[in-house]
Amino acid sequence: MDRRTVFNGRLLPVMLLLPQLLLTFFFFYWPAGEAVWSSLITQDAFGQGWVFVGVDNFVDLFTDPLYLDSIVRTVLFCVAVSVLSMGIALGLAVFADRSISGRGVYRTLLIWPYAIAPAMSAVLFLFVLNPRVGLLGRWLNHHGVAWDYTLNGAQAMLMVVSASAWKQVSYNFIFFLAGLQSIPRAVTEAARMDGAKGWHRFLTITFPLLAPTTFFLVVVNVVYAAFDTFGAIYALTQGGPGKDTETLVIKVFRDGVINQDIGSSSAQSVVLMAGVIAITAVQFRFMGRRTVS
Amino acid sequence: MATLELQGLRKSFGATQVLRQIDLSLVDGEMLVIVGASGCGKSTLLRLVAGLETPTEGRITIGGRDVTALDPSERDIAMVFQNYALYPHMSVFDNMAYGLRIRGLSRGEITRKVEEAAALLGLESLLTRKPRQLSGGQRQRVAMGRAIVRDPKLFLFDEPLSNLDAKLRVQMRAEIRRLQRRLGVTSLYVTHDQVEAMTLGDRLLILHEGTPAQLATPMEVFERPADTYVASFVGSPTMNFLAGRLVHDGTAVQLEAGPLIPLQGHRVGDTVTLGIRPEHLTLGGGDLTLAVDLIEPLGSETLVHGRVVGRDDDAITVKVPGVVGLVETVSVGVQADHAHVFDGVTGKRIDPVK
Ligand SMILES: Nc1ncnc2c1ncn2[C@@H]1O[C@H](COP(=O)(O)OP(=O)(O)OP(=O)(O)O)[C@@H](O)[C@H]1O
Ligand SMILES: [Mg+2]
Repeated sequence: MDRRTVFNGRLLPVMLLLPQLLLTFFFFYWPAGEAVWSSLITQDAFGQGWVFVGVDNFVDLFTDPLYLDSIVRTVLFCVAVSVLSMGIALGLAVFADRSISGRGVYRTLLIWPYAIAPAMSAVLFLFVLNPRVGLLGRWLNHHGVAWDYTLNGAQAMLMVVSASAWKQVSYNFIFFLAGLQSIPRAVTEAARMDGAKGWHRFLTITFPLLAPTTFFLVVVNVVYAAFDTFGAIYALTQGGPGKDTETLVIKVFRDGVINQDIGSSSAQSVVLMAGVIAITAVQFRFMGRRTVS
Repeated sequence: MATLELQGLRKSFGATQVLRQIDLSLVDGEMLVIVGASGCGKSTLLRLVAGLETPTEGRITIGGRDVTALDPSERDIAMVFQNYALYPHMSVFDNMAYGLRIRGLSRGEITRKVEEAAALLGLESLLTRKPRQLSGGQRQRVAMGRAIVRDPKLFLFDEPLSNLDAKLRVQMRAEIRRLQRRLGVTSLYVTHDQVEAMTLGDRLLILHEGTPAQLATPMEVFERPADTYVASFVGSPTMNFLAGRLVHDGTAVQLEAGPLIPLQGHRVGDTVTLGIRPEHLTLGGGDLTLAVDLIEPLGSETLVHGRVVGRDDDAITVKVPGVVGLVETVSVGVQADHAHVFDGVTGKRIDPVK
């Protein structure tokens, strides 16, 4: 059955594509091009003149211990967020996959956090964890735990990881649930008859069959944790205390927008962009090969 | 290897009763084939025995042990599923070894058992393949292999051959029979196919809307069907049914279609249904006159489909040896000694009283 409609001529296709092309150009290619350009030059503080410096900005960047620290911190942050949000989502999906009453309500509730803006989810976490006004924060201090993420870097990290992971659980949940439901019932039943019980069955049958979903989600979560968590982190800690929660995106913002070091900040953006391109390329190759075979 | 006993088994899904009352007992090594129309509860019965569903009422005993409350993983039963349900991410070897590893057998013992089962099924050269690299027939064999390698107390088969082509089905049918005999494992086998039912089973259980209609050997079911449902289910083409009434002190049936059919012995009853298989009608007998609808030559035999003249509801099929030329009407004779008599209201078989 061929439902394609063929348009003749050039004008109509171009007209139809134009809005999207313009959007992509003005909001992606142009700024990206600007970033690449300004990463290769250096400007004086008043924006009066510039000098082409080649890769000097990049050399400076990769010899800066603060930047290398930030890379390590970001990697740890990404791993923590991905593991936490995927682990929780998988657990919830396993329960939702069983036939329980009120399953519809349960699923709908789980999907809500995804619709909340990052900064708003950060505010929700403040209501809970702020040492002076937050419910849990006050309770902890009351019971002898010195909880103050504005002073304690580890606590701050814990909080931004939780807030970031929390928002991503919904997304992961939907994919894990779909993945679980695509596993034929009979396969799990065959494993039960073979004598496999709960946890062992999950490890040897369910989880391996979820591998494609898991791989896809790893990529999505790493990208999310690396790039989409700016709102949550900035609203919660602004990268502090000190630089304890300063991931790469926060650093780009601080160096470029606040400290006005356009050259370094642009070089950092270009590095990030290269990162995204690399991750996406890996994903496309792997997923593409999977669908072919 | 074990006996199987079902006592007062019932199953409802919500308000719908699927199995009404199943009492059944299999001796060690017996193969019971379960047949019945789609939706009559065959798979449900199998799943109850497997432990994949919980009975609403009743007891299941395997080898003298009450397993009603046990998880499937603790029942030591192997099941062959209709679509095989192989583990897609494991090789053929691992598919078969999975259950053995769980039982904690040594590596050497697992290899020995898997290779033994593979040899029995001709799977030796396929052990390293993944299920998606196998043909339907090969997958079927692997599913069989996975079942036999564990040496379980009970085999359950849920229409294991229905996804195979006709030729392979005949071949696998014989193979299953051979294996089951050889291993002597008590088995339940669900099928739609009445040839499978007749050839595989030591006994047949015909289910009708969740109740057993008859439980007997295949020959007994064929020769003395317990009611019109069973009679119409076993035998191909289906038995012909004609409405009538017992007359002459129950020694003959006056058919509504006209003729008087004398019977052997005498029976008690009033309105009846006379059942007569297509092969027990002869052309040219003079009992009934058929308006022919269709003639189907099967090679050595011919099927003549028609209706009793003047009675459009009485559809009749006649199976005769040889070839039949094109005709408009035929006259048909009833071999009365092969006729079955069923109660006109309940459909139950009426046997002659001694
Ligand atoms: N989990 C379930 N929930 C509700 N109803 C069910 C469930 N499983 C089966 N049924 C119903 O029970 C009845 C019997 O189903 P079952 O699968 O045992 O039939 P079957 O005899 O195996 O049919 P088929 O020959 O088509 O496989 C059907 O009416 C079916 O709709
Ligand atoms: Mg079924």
